[in-house]
Amino acid sequence: MVAQNIEIEPSSRASPRHDSAHLHVSGRALYADDIALPANALHAAFGMSSIAHGRIRKMDFAPLRQMSAVAAIAVASDVPGDNNYGSVLHDDPIFADGQVQYAGQPLFAVAATSYNAARKAARAAIIDYEPLPAILDVRAALAAQSYVLPTERLLRGQPHEMLGTAPRRLSGTVRIGGQDHFYLEGQIAIATPQEDGAMLVHSSTQHPSEVQQIVARALGRRSHDVTVQCRRMGGGFGGKETQPALIAAAAAVMAAKTQRAVKLRLDRDTDMLMTGKRHDFIADYEVGFDDQGRILALSVMLASRCGYSADLSGPVNDRAMMHLDNAYYLEHIEIISHRCKTHTVSNTAFRGFGGPQGMLVIEQILDDIARTLHLDPLSVRRCNFYGIGQRNVTPYGQTVDDNLVHTLVDRVAASAQYALRRGSLAAWNTANPIIKRGIALTPVKFGISFTSTIFNQAGALVHVYSDGTVLLNHGGAEMGQGLFIKVAQVVASELGVPLSAVRSSATDTSKIPNTSATAASSGSDLNGKAAQAAAQTIRQRLVQFACDTYGVQAEELHFHDGRVDVGSRQLTFAELVTQAYRARVSLSSTGFYRTPKIQWDKSAMRGRPFFYFAYGAAVSEVAIDTLSGETQLLRVDILHDVGRSLNSAIDLGQIEGGFLQGTGWLTSEELWWNASGELQTHAPSTYKIPTARDWPACATVRLLEDAPNREETIYRSKAVGEPPLMLAISVLHAIRDAVASCAGQPTRVHLDAPATPEAVLRAVAAVRGIAR
Amino acid sequence: MSAADTVRFLLDGQLVNALDVPPTMTVLEYLRDVAHRTGTKEGCAEGDCGACTVALGELSEDGTRVEFRAINSCIRPLPSIDGRELVTVESLSAPGAPLHPVQQAMVDEHASQCGFCTPGFVMSLFALYLRTAAPTREQVLEALAGNLCRCTGYRPIIDAACRMGDYPPPPNWSRESQHSAQRCQWLRELRRERALQFPGWYSPRSIDELAAALHAQPQALVLAGATDVGLWITKQLRELPAIIYVGEVAELKQIRRGADALRIAAAVSLTDAWDAITCDWPQLRELAQRFGSPPVRNAGTLCGNLANGSPIGDSMPVLIALGATLELRSVRGTRQLPLEQFYLGYQRRDLQPGEFVSAVTIPAPQQDVQLASYKISKRFEQDISAVCAAFAVRVRSGHVTAARIAFGGMAAVPSRAPATEQRLLGAPWSEQSIEAAVSALAQDFRPLSDMRASEHYRLQAAANLLRRFFLESGGSTIALRTADAAAAMS
Repeated sequence: MVAQNIEIEPSSRASPRHDSAHLHVSGRALYADDIALPANALHAAFGMSSIAHGRIRKMDFAPLRQMSAVAAIAVASDVPGDNNYGSVLHDDPIFADGQVQYAGQPLFAVAATSYNAARKAARAAIIDYEPLPAILDVRAALAAQSYVLPTERLLRGQPHEMLGTAPRRLSGTVRIGGQDHFYLEGQIAIATPQEDGAMLVHSSTQHPSEVQQIVARALGRRSHDVTVQCRRMGGGFGGKETQPALIAAAAAVMAAKTQRAVKLRLDRDTDMLMTGKRHDFIADYEVGFDDQGRILALSVMLASRCGYSADLSGPVNDRAMMHLDNAYYLEHIEIISHRCKTHTVSNTAFRGFGGPQGMLVIEQILDDIARTLHLDPLSVRRCNFYGIGQRNVTPYGQTVDDNLVHTLVDRVAASAQYALRRGSLAAWNTANPIIKRGIALTPVKFGISFTSTIFNQAGALVHVYSDGTVLLNHGGAEMGQGLFIKVAQVVASELGVPLSAVRSSATDTSKIPNTSATAASSGSDLNGKAAQAAAQTIRQRLVQFACDTYGVQAEELHFHDGRVDVGSRQLTFAELVTQAYRARVSLSSTGFYRTPKIQWDKSAMRGRPFFYFAYGAAVSEVAIDTLSGETQLLRVDILHDVGRSLNSAIDLGQIEGGFLQGTGWLTSEELWWNASGELQTHAPSTYKIPTARDWPACATVRLLEDAPNREETIYRSKAVGEPPLMLAISVLHAIRDAVASCAGQPTRVHLDAPATPEAVLRAVAAVRGIAR
Repeated sequence: MSAADTVRFLLDGQLVNALDVPPTMTVLEYLRDVAHRTGTKEGCAEGDCGACTVALGELSEDGTRVEFRAINSCIRPLPSIDGRELVTVESLSAPGAPLHPVQQAMVDEHASQCGFCTPGFVMSLFALYLRTAAPTREQVLEALAGNLCRCTGYRPIIDAACRMGDYPPPPNWSRESQHSAQRCQWLRELRRERALQFPGWYSPRSIDELAAALHAQPQALVLAGATDVGLWITKQLRELPAIIYVGEVAELKQIRRGADALRIAAAVSLTDAWDAITCDWPQLRELAQRFGSPPVRNAGTLCGNLANGSPIGDSMPVLIALGATLELRSVRGTRQLPLEQFYLGYQRRDLQPGEFVSAVTIPAPQQDVQLASYKISKRFEQDISAVCAAFAVRVRSGHVTAARIAFGGMAAVPSRAPATEQRLLGAPWSEQSIEAAVSALAQDFRPLSDMRASEHYRLQAAANLLRRFFLESGGSTIALRTADAAAAMS
């Protein structure tokens, strides 16, 4: 019965532009802060802890109460329901309840008649603390065995025995800094009371359903009392997965209390002080290998700074463990993963979700091995790659059966002339004592699916109106990644209508229930399939209707370009739809999708957590200034696997943007806390993300052609949100290569990430000291 | 209320009379909260991300041309745009109408993702477009130094900027129409006979009015570009004293180039000031380019930067090395003060009540004095220096006969390095002398450790910058900058 004549060749089409591009450039795209408020709306602001750890003796609000603009103050006891926004564990108070666990923690909120009045009032409270000793970094937490979650262990083979017999051994430490998301639009929510106890929340969130649940819980209501909407975010990157629930819940509590609309928008400093970031990691490793650099056994202790609560630290650290292999076969391996509790902000999801940190560890180990053996790091990488048909099982038991690493690395090494350039760099470095150049090629293999199997589901709701126009609803949230245009392309293809006939609605919990976060790169995989299912259902009804009405077979129907060929007769899509409507055919359908094949035994850390892998490879070349430690990215060549692209321009944008975001993480973006545990880099004046000049003048970014996903994903495409970030590891390794060239002889490089000028200069001094 | 009490400016060809404006209301607050023009965004409220970028048009003195420049609306007090034309992202094209070439190029190159930074990029590029429709890549990068994008990696934005000139000129906002007679006429009509004044705000028209006002209210805040004071408003939420704005004093907008000195008055923007300075000292172009960002340089003033006296300001080291003099003005008259003597301690300056910085005078370049200034920061563009160094050394017959070395970021105030200078004086201009001088740096400075750099790094970097200065002065053939490696590749 299903019509099989859909001609879908998305990769061969021109890439439709982002659906909101014309609105972005004209300032007419509406973000939460742009929504007009009711006349009596209030603005709220948080009061924050000024110390890292302590007990609250007293909060004196007398100065606030004297301010005429102040309408309400909310503390923990004002939360009618559950004063908690923890997503996994129940350990994230909305308002501090007696104790504070990080500098920047929300203590209370104040609502006032203007944004600045609320901010002023929030600063006027007098808080009396009893300070307690604070644990501020990973090493201190390890020493105190301070953890938010139990330590996990992943073991395969006999790593310790094999370490004992390996011809060569090395040990070392990898230090990896955190990263602030720096979405341009800060956290924001607007809560508007509705009739009969209901609440409408506009939230800038990647996870509307979770905001809905937590707001309901905080208000002591149930999920159907709360509606959450989000048309778009001004960037998310993982920072709007769990964090928006705090903002929305606080706004909703104040709205319920005052029965007025309340907007809560964090200013940039508050946002950066209060909300979680990428986990910083330390890894201590011991590796055994042979003379070619092939790893025979590896033992790694991973420890990350989770902050004061669990948040998503469990799955983040799990993913770090599961990506420590990156593209390399590690036969005998042990990974111990400590999830450290510190009195700092609770770290959270960030593009890559622990994967980048895991990969950095193995990449540094390979680099250390190569420099110890006086080999090109690329040759050591190559001899450790997962094999095709052999040496292809990950430490957690998933077979790598879609391995593109060899293809990608061979092609990009050739197109970037890696070998030739390595020679010319050596000549340059011999002639130039001050400015040193370095080059590195690193691969990416990234597992696609939420490791928690239940989240791998999605819903959609497609309406076809009687004039032939289509309204598309799905559970995915648009944060700039182009999800809406990709899913709209799918629906337009399925219904054979022009893209202009499909309009995407805001993400809305009243349209699609029980959604997963738009995260883990899964947005178009999941929502594309769900929307496809919904569109196909409607199409099948139209096919049935046409067959019945016109006495044709399904094979004689063609949906294309807004027209329907019914045998020899031609109708417009709108005409057929109108006829179907008059014949009382339902023109609306839900669609649902669950990712097949995956299964995961969390306690054993075994199974097939990932539906498939996405791959990439990058060659970066840098110059470093050995007087100042400053670095410059001179050239990058990227080849990346997106399967059969749904929209190559959108995919290219994800690759380039992810690469530069990763480059920022590993070079200029430094989070710096003072000795009291106060973050000092909480605004763009002190926290430096890349600017336009940091995009290299010489850049070649390509999609791997003719490589449809082996798995049956939406039109055989692959996820693209997170993997490209890790292409930036090549930049850090190019810097390492340049630093290594400062030594008189091959030597290991001790360079922490981020490679700030200071870190680079320190590393240069260290290799020169060794060389002397 | 008299007519003078309203702030008047042009927006989309309409005269706006902004009534009851608090002196500290920012242009962004006016746009978003009062005018409900929400296209302009707040990303940081400190002029560092560019999401709030708008263009501001100012009539030339002769009333025949309008110069539009990008500024950060988030830290710009609304009363300071009185008499000017404000252009926002909504101004460029009406709903449903064809997009402006800048906008269309951004769409065609897929240059927006989340879109939140996009209006700011559009406006920075718009200001560039009015100057040159076909910019070079380098001009594009310079124009975008104050705009952060977290999504795209910038490549498509750069491409859009390089191609915006390929589109046919728009009916509105073409390079030609920016100086239209109608526009000039409107802006001429906005010129005031007398000072804009309302409670908490005063824009004097002459230097004498300014001096008299400050004499009468010595606690008043003298405001120029507001690129620092703007943050007191938006981030520190400070209650400000009465504001006296220098931007309407014609005498203070002058740059005078004499035979033996360059004089830059207090209301001259950093953009214009650096243009003048780099005319005489082209080797300072990189420093000028790395100073703030275009919107900050378009609004901020050189004298404001000097008067502010931040320990990490990037203009002071080089002006101290050049022997610049401040002109301090009050009703009592004018006094001259060598710049380095102005800074008494952390946030303490030699400024008497009722006195303000009216100009800085920089001696003309001298033959056989070698000059360089370098900054080091985590990011090349728009970052605050960990260390900023300036060296002015006269070498005669192979020996150092004069040395002025100054640093920022090394002490509580920008200051000279007397022990280091002393080691060099009379010494041969050689690597050995440099190493001797370098070892004296620790006598001169005991820098802080903070989020920008540690004490150790600052001392080491300061020493290395002196080494760089020596190497660059020697006609070295080896590469001394990473840009040399970039050049070698292309």
